[in-house]
Amino acid sequence: MFGLALSVYAFLAGLYALVRNDDPLGETARRAGIAVWVAVTAASAVLVYCAFRNDFSVAYILQHSNRALPGPYKFAALWSGQEGSLLFWCWLLATYGLVLRLRHKVDTRLVAHASVVISAVQIFFLVLVNFAAHPFAMTIGAIPADGNGLNPLLQYPEMVIHPPMLYLGYVGMTVPFCFALAALIMKYPGEKWIHITRRWTMIGWLFLTCGIFLGSFWAYKVLGWGGWWGWDPVENASLLPWLTGTAFLHSVMMQEKRGMMKVWNMWLIFSTFLLAIFGTFLTRSGVVSSVHAFAESDIGPYFVYFLALTFAVCMFFYVRNHAHLQSEHKLESLVSRESSFLFNNVLLLVAAFAVLWGTLFPVLSEWVTGHKVTVGPPFFNKVNIPVALCLLLLTAVGPLLAWRKTSTESLRRNFLVPAIIAVSSGILLVAFGMKPWVEISYFYSLMTIMLSVLVAATIASEFIRGGLVIARHNDSNIFHGMWILTRRNTRRYGGYIVHVGVIITMIGFAGVAFYQNNEQELGFGDKMSIGPYTLVCRSYTQDDKPNYSSEWAILDIYKGGKQITTMYPEQRFYKASQQSATMVANRSTVMEDLYLVYTGKNPENGHPIIKAHLNPLVWWIWAGAHFILVGTIIALIPNMQTKSKKPSLRERARALVEDDVESRAPVEAGND
Amino acid sequence: MKIVRKMLPRWAAILLFGSALLLMGASGDPTGQRFDRLGHNLMCTCGCNQVLLECNHVGCTTSEQMRQELKLSMARGDSDDVVLAGFVAKYGPTVLSAPTTTGFNRVAWIMPVVIFFAALTAVVLVIRVWKNRKPTDPPASGGDTGSGELDEFRRRAREETTI
Repeated sequence: MFGLALSVYAFLAGLYALVRNDDPLGETARRAGIAVWVAVTAASAVLVYCAFRNDFSVAYILQHSNRALPGPYKFAALWSGQEGSLLFWCWLLATYGLVLRLRHKVDTRLVAHASVVISAVQIFFLVLVNFAAHPFAMTIGAIPADGNGLNPLLQYPEMVIHPPMLYLGYVGMTVPFCFALAALIMKYPGEKWIHITRRWTMIGWLFLTCGIFLGSFWAYKVLGWGGWWGWDPVENASLLPWLTGTAFLHSVMMQEKRGMMKVWNMWLIFSTFLLAIFGTFLTRSGVVSSVHAFAESDIGPYFVYFLALTFAVCMFFYVRNHAHLQSEHKLESLVSRESSFLFNNVLLLVAAFAVLWGTLFPVLSEWVTGHKVTVGPPFFNKVNIPVALCLLLLTAVGPLLAWRKTSTESLRRNFLVPAIIAVSSGILLVAFGMKPWVEISYFYSLMTIMLSVLVAATIASEFIRGGLVIARHNDSNIFHGMWILTRRNTRRYGGYIVHVGVIITMIGFAGVAFYQNNEQELGFGDKMSIGPYTLVCRSYTQDDKPNYSSEWAILDIYKGGKQITTMYPEQRFYKASQQSATMVANRSTVMEDLYLVYTGKNPENGHPIIKAHLNPLVWWIWAGAHFILVGTIIALIPNMQTKSKKPSLRERARALVEDDVESRAPVEAGND
Repeated sequence: MKIVRKMLPRWAAILLFGSALLLMGASGDPTGQRFDRLGHNLMCTCGCNQVLLECNHVGCTTSEQMRQELKLSMARGDSDDVVLAGFVAKYGPTVLSAPTTTGFNRVAWIMPVVIFFAALTAVVLVIRVWKNRKPTDPPASGGDTGSGELDEFRRRAREETTI
């Protein structure tokens, strides 16, 4: 409640100070915003303390913890239920607000406006925590000796870091939204705000990406169905702001380089924030059925009102100040970097629309026809895979296009070798037995691998070209040249590393067409085969621990007649929550995952029933995520400075060309 | 550079050979493939909201029973449509994992395609409009850097970045 009062003060005093140009009052608003962080941090710490103290007089702790719950999961209980996760959301938002306010000198006036907007968002979430989903509500009646425990599906190490990452991403999208709305409200002159916003968006995007991958990893390791993405509404909800955020990170370059797309970028940021809130609404309202519905309640209408109000505010200021965003849009050629960004944005938004459409269609269908339908993986795969392949093609072509205009000759010169390599890869795969004509999924896999090879070849050529030029100039080797190249333009080459991560991930996705599984009851010494592996049941047993009891099988794994390892698929029964969960045994290699699930036991003879999955190329998905992470971090690092004194015009022209030389050959039109 | 030139084809070959070897074993028995395909067109009705063949709830009897029904239907020689129609008749339309292509459900499939082509058309039109606009600013020629000198820089750029 104290945090809410401070937020209201930060909002009202900040607003009044901006209207009246009252700087001292504005400073008090800024400090009140900082104090919000102290208040919300204290509240969050108290809730965690209650979990560690097993204080079941707090209803939230009673519902989401128990005495035997290990420490890290007691900590994770903070975000495992509706009320706690909203408090955690408030804390993250307050933390972002703290950083924003502490760095107010970057542009005092802009930050003051953004600070008012973030206070408004903070008020909404603190109202929820104080009046709709109170995390400190007391237990009614007698206090039980032990709690109900944490949902077993959440008792995994990945779940300790997945939600914070995802929330950091969702909440992180609030900051660029605040800057964008602030810039629109104050008719901010110039493009400085977009530089600030881009960095914040990258940070939010990075966390969101990590959150999505960690969630996927968790689903793979924990849910035990052998897959990592099920197109569940909650998963889709995380993908929506990611897609629009990705579109913004590309189109923002058009605004920075050419002063174009100002309105488009503004609405992309607004949409990203609105979709992040919409995702939260989907997760918590129960409006659509979900596997991940851990925190459903009746707070959905609050989010609907907030979404409507936010949209109305954005629209109001856009209508009022849109003249400020007008810019001259002029292109010299269809074959240019600008065009590729436009197509990239459109494809990303089409993908976002398809995901949103599929997620909401059951609701729409029920509303129109009175019958609910299911929109599951077959729909999303059919609709999104072609779009993803188009995006891959653009990822390959885009870097080869120059700003303004690219000549056919230049395109041919830069594209020929990568295209030959990609086509050769396709021919080789078919020659080695891949049959894309048998099933559409095989065709998609082939195209994915070919296009990924194409992207890899174009990116490699970019690095090699630039690295060679620098190596010649500095009299060093090509690898040092590439290193200097990356440090001189971290954003560009960090971006390329992100693209490498994307194609590695896509190769992992391509393996889906070839997943196999087999299920069998295994007694002592029984065998089961899947792909090149033979599983032999050495034994099966059970155990009892304070938090859970468990059963597991001991399986010796043979490949080519030779034992390579022993695996232990397990099933646990959590005592406090009276729920079961599987502990998957997974042997992951670069080529394939052998993924074993203890699905149950035959009640008549007690033999375990094992489901074995052979999933090719899954390792690549997680490897790609690491590249995306590293690439984004590199892109966030400021460029290495090469010149200290102000260069002459002639030197600038030379530097311009050298910069282009480093990055790529086709300098077709003027300096930019 | 020579090392890179030598190694690149090798890495590419290893990658491709590995992928090909991996993907070679794609073809399985047709019955198993059909079961897999149909099973992925159906949802488990136990309330787990998962695809039938991916429902892994401990002790879920619904999915096991449905899988047996699917096997029986296939063994009877029913066509795909008959198999799926049988499940819809028994469990309702939500048993299908994707909307059908009849009635209002068609809208689910049509809309993304319409949006896709409409968006691409819009972009092409926008680019054409922007391209046909006359320039209002002076050509970006680099101030006092003469066009001859700039051409020389361009020539050098091409020359130095040719691998």
